[in-house]
Amino acid sequence: MKISIASGKGGTGKTTLSTNLASYLSQNLEVVLTDLDVEEPNSGLFFSGEIVHKEDKFKMIPEWIEDKCDACGICQNACKFNAVLQFGNFISVLPELCHSCYACSELCPTDALPMITKKMGELTHKKMGNLSLIESRLTIGEEQAVPLIKQTNIYVKKYLSSAKIHIFDSPPGTSCPVIEATKHVNFVILITEPTPFGLHDLKLAVDTMREMKKDFGVVINRFGIGNDEVINYCINNGIEIIAKFPNDRRVAELYSKGELLYLQIPEFAHELEKVKNYIYDLIEEFE
Amino acid sequence: MKIAFTSNGKDLDSIIDARFGRCEYILIYDDLSEEIEIIENNDSAADAHGAGPKTAHKLYNSNIDVLITGNGPGGNAAKVLERSKMEIYIGAANKPIKDALDLYKENKLEKL
Repeated sequence: MKISIASGKGGTGKTTLSTNLASYLSQNLEVVLTDLDVEEPNSGLFFSGEIVHKEDKFKMIPEWIEDKCDACGICQNACKFNAVLQFGNFISVLPELCHSCYACSELCPTDALPMITKKMGELTHKKMGNLSLIESRLTIGEEQAVPLIKQTNIYVKKYLSSAKIHIFDSPPGTSCPVIEATKHVNFVILITEPTPFGLHDLKLAVDTMREMKKDFGVVINRFGIGNDEVINYCINNGIEIIAKFPNDRRVAELYSKGELLYLQIPEFAHELEKVKNYIYDLIEEFE
Repeated sequence: MKIAFTSNGKDLDSIIDARFGRCEYILIYDDLSEEIEIIENNDSAADAHGAGPKTAHKLYNSNIDVLITGNGPGGNAAKVLERSKMEIYIGAANKPIKDALDLYKENKLEKL
């Protein structure tokens, strides 16, 4: 069973839910938690554990060879991402913008743009008991999260597909990185807060999931603040509310120290149990 | 001499856009002929990334001598603009172009 925790709005509790849920479920089952928020992975802050593997991740980019270039301009016209630009007899390659599509390289009549590897990030694999944590971190300055998310998913599929439950901590928003972090899963949990901002971005996230034809449910975090509009929206649109985590100062205190919440806040554990039962039902349905 | 401005409109009363890559128009003023040329730049709005280098490329191809803008080009665009000999002046955001032109002539703009 593969589950992504996504949100639309940032800072609503994706990592809080991902880390606590993964740890909670791993009391009984083998669980893999994969942090796909590669621009700012922080699930690892909540687990010590032993590093079992670490590897660099690369993407392919063109390298301009001046001596071979006729300055014909085909490469610039082929690039849809403004990563290859021609200035007179000079070709400028901006690796951060490159989507590794090979078009410039393949279409160059004089082979002046061969593809070379460029490091884009690092993957770390940690293990603690039943729980494996995979975390990928994009190199500072890199603009493309999708290639690293894709490669991280390939790693997980290759080495950890036997685990019963996979939790994927998704990036915020509704753009390409979120699509890449949710398109391969069986179910998406959208976590939001009961505020006008939370509702606004929840609607965008719901539209995204519907467009992708994904099954999803909602978890409300910081329940007690804001208003009832998120609840009314979910009811009116037939969206299941799986759990409501209470707004509680202790959550912020424990989170800031990198500690798990369910061990120390019974009200949080009570709601987490609901998420667990929901997932167990999903597994039963799925099998 | 050709002086370019990141602009929200098409005449010298237009306001200078603080943004480089995502300004709506590039207004080019030739101080000898006093002619104005407009380059549309709203196509960069559709680009998630790379608006800066794309705008820089347009400027390069227009043989600009001076650029007057607001925040200044970002990292990628700045790298690209190193190819040209263009002088860049920043800090002119939200001023009417004609006022910024006067400030430039009086040497009162910040050079990048």
